[in-house]
Amino acid sequence: MTMARTFATRLGLRALGAAVTILLASLLVYGSLFLMPGDPVLALTGGRRLTPEQIEALRHAYGFDRSFAQGYLDWAGGVLHLDFGTSLTYQSDVGALITSRLDVSAPLIAYAASLALLFGLGLALLSAVKGGRVNRAMAVVASTATATPPFVSAIVLLAVFAVGLGWFPSTGAGDGGPADRLWHLTLPAIAMALVSFGVLSRVGHAAFTEELRREHVEVARSRGVGGAALITRHVVRNALAPLVTVIGVLLVSLFAGTAVVETAFGLDGVGSLLISSVSRRDFPVVQGIALIAVVLFVIVNTLVDLVLPLVDPRAAAGRKAAP
Amino acid sequence: MLQKKEAETARRDALDISGLSLAVSRSGTDVPLLAGVSVRVARGETVGLVGESGSGKSLTSRSALGMLPRGARTTGGVTVSGVDVLGADRRTLRELRRTRVSMIFQDPRASINPVRRVGDYLTEGLRARGVSSREAAERAPDLLDQVGIRDPRGALRRFPHEFSGGMLQRVMIAGALSTEPELLLADEPTTALDVTTQAEVVGLLKTMQEAHGTGMLFVTHDLDLAAAICDRIYVMYAGRIVEEATGASLFRSPAHPYTRALLEASPSVHGEKAVVKAIRGRPLALAEAPSGCSFRDRCPLAEESCAEGVPPYRAHGASTVACLRPEEVAP
Repeated sequence: MTMARTFATRLGLRALGAAVTILLASLLVYGSLFLMPGDPVLALTGGRRLTPEQIEALRHAYGFDRSFAQGYLDWAGGVLHLDFGTSLTYQSDVGALITSRLDVSAPLIAYAASLALLFGLGLALLSAVKGGRVNRAMAVVASTATATPPFVSAIVLLAVFAVGLGWFPSTGAGDGGPADRLWHLTLPAIAMALVSFGVLSRVGHAAFTEELRREHVEVARSRGVGGAALITRHVVRNALAPLVTVIGVLLVSLFAGTAVVETAFGLDGVGSLLISSVSRRDFPVVQGIALIAVVLFVIVNTLVDLVLPLVDPRAAAGRKAAP
Repeated sequence: MLQKKEAETARRDALDISGLSLAVSRSGTDVPLLAGVSVRVARGETVGLVGESGSGKSLTSRSALGMLPRGARTTGGVTVSGVDVLGADRRTLRELRRTRVSMIFQDPRASINPVRRVGDYLTEGLRARGVSSREAAERAPDLLDQVGIRDPRGALRRFPHEFSGGMLQRVMIAGALSTEPELLLADEPTTALDVTTQAEVVGLLKTMQEAHGTGMLFVTHDLDLAAAICDRIYVMYAGRIVEEATGASLFRSPAHPYTRALLEASPSVHGEKAVVKAIRGRPLALAEAPSGCSFRDRCPLAEESCAEGVPPYRAHGASTVACLRPEEVAP
C-alpha cells in the first residue's frame, strides 16, 4: 500500500465521520429550540396584548407552527445553501449578521490564540529546560491561570489595567485601524487566553521534559549539537505530536470563550451576539452560531488528525513492521 | 611547521584519563562512583574497558566527552588529544565533540531521533562543525556506502523505523566517523543487536577504525569479545581499574581474581565443555564496596590482609594488577 493511497483513504474516512458528526449535531442544535423555555413570539412582542389570532399569525410568519421534522428540513436545507434564516430581532440575514460580528471575534480569537501559544509554550520550554526553582514558580503561575475563569480575569483586568492604571480601554473594539483594534482587544484577549495558556504551559512542560530525557537528545549533545539547534530539532520537533492534539482542542475552546469575554468588555462580536440572542429567544441566530461552533470543532479535529502523521512519521507507518 | 604539528599529534594520546575520581552528591551525602581510574588510548589503538554493569565503565567513557552526571565533582585529569576535558568550558567541549571525539551508543533505535530522516542524523555532526548542508548532503551517500548500506541515496530519505537495528547501528557508526574523529568511544555497541549482526558490526567497526586511524575505547561486559578485538584491555570493578593487560595475555593468564572469574563465567564455544562458574555475590558499585580491595567479599582467595587498604598496582607477568597475591590466581 502506498503512502498516497493510505492518506486518501484516511482523508475519505475522516470526511465521512465529520459529516455524520455535523448531521447529528445539527439535529441537537435545532432540537434545542424545543427544549428552551419561553415562547419566542411572546419575547418578540414584549408583553403587548395581542389577540390569539394575531399570535397565531406571527407563529405562522416565523414558521413556529411547523412540526419538528418539517422545521428541521426547512432549516437544514437553507443551511446547506449557507442560508441560516432571518434574525427575529434584527430582521436581517443571520449569515450576514454573524459574518459582520466576525470582524471583532476573528481577530480576538487569533490574538488570544497567539498569546496562549507563545507564552504557554515559551514558559513550558523554559521550565522544562531550567527545571528546579524556575519550574516550580512556573507551575504556580500556570495553576493560577488555569483556575481563573474568564469572567473573573476579565473583571480583574478591567479593574487594574483599564480603570486603575488606565493603560487600556475598558470597552469597545476601536475603529481607528489595526493598531487601535489591537490596543482595544488586548485585555479581552488576555482574559480569554489565560486558561489555555495555563493548560498549555503544563502540558507543554510535560511533553518537553519527556523529550529532553530521550537518549537521542543525549546523543545529539555528544555530537556537539547544542543550544537552540538541540532544542528546536530534537525537543520541540518531537514534542509536537502530543501537543498538536491539545492545541486543537484549546483553539476551539477559545471560540466558545468569546461569549463571556465579549460581553464583559462590551465588544460586538459573535460571542456577545450569542448571549443577547439567547436572552431574546432569537432562535435562528442561536442555532446558526451553535452550528458554526460545531463545524469549527469538527474541522479543527479533522485537521489535527490529518496533521499528526506528518508530525510523527511512525504514526504514518501505522503498525507496519520494519523490514 | 606542519610536519612538526603532525609529529606532535602522532605522539600525543587520543585519550588520557589519569587518576580520575568522581563523586556525586545525592540528598546531602557524597556518593563516590569512580576512584583513581587511569585509562590511556593511543592514536590508532583499540582499547577495551570491561566490567559488569555498575562498574563505572560507561561513566569513564563518557568522561572523555565531558558528559558527567549532574553535580559531579572530580579529581584527576581527562585529556582528549591534548585538550583538558574536565577544565573545558561549554564552548570548548562542544568544539571537542564536533571535531575530535565521537561516541557510538548501545541502542541505535533510541539513539537516533525517530522523527528525523536518516540523512539528517548522518550529516548532523558535519553540519554542526560548519560544513554546509549541501556539501554534507553530497558526502552523505558515500558515508553510508562505506558502512555497507545498499541504495544509500534511498536510505538517506527514509526514517529510522524503516531500518533494522543492525542497519541503524551502521548508520550510527557512519555518523560517528563522518567527522573524522581522533577518538571513538563505543559503549556496548553490539549489546542490543542479534548475535549474527553483532559480528558484522564489530567487524565493520574494526575495519573503519583501522582505515581512519582512529583510537577506539571499546566498552563492553563481554571479555571474550574484548580479547578478540582489543590491543589492550582494562578490567573495571566497582569504580576502579583492577587489571590492565594486552588482549591476548589477559585471556591466557588473568592476574586478578575478578578477571579470572569473569573468564570462567562465560561459556566457551571451543574446547571441552567446561563448567560455567557464576561469580558468587552481585556486582557492587563503588559506594557499597567494602574497604580495602573492593572484590574481597566475592573473592575465593581473600584473606585478612585484603581489607587493609586498596591494593596498589603491581606488575605481574604481562599484566598490571591491583591484587596482593596475583601469583595465586595465575601461577
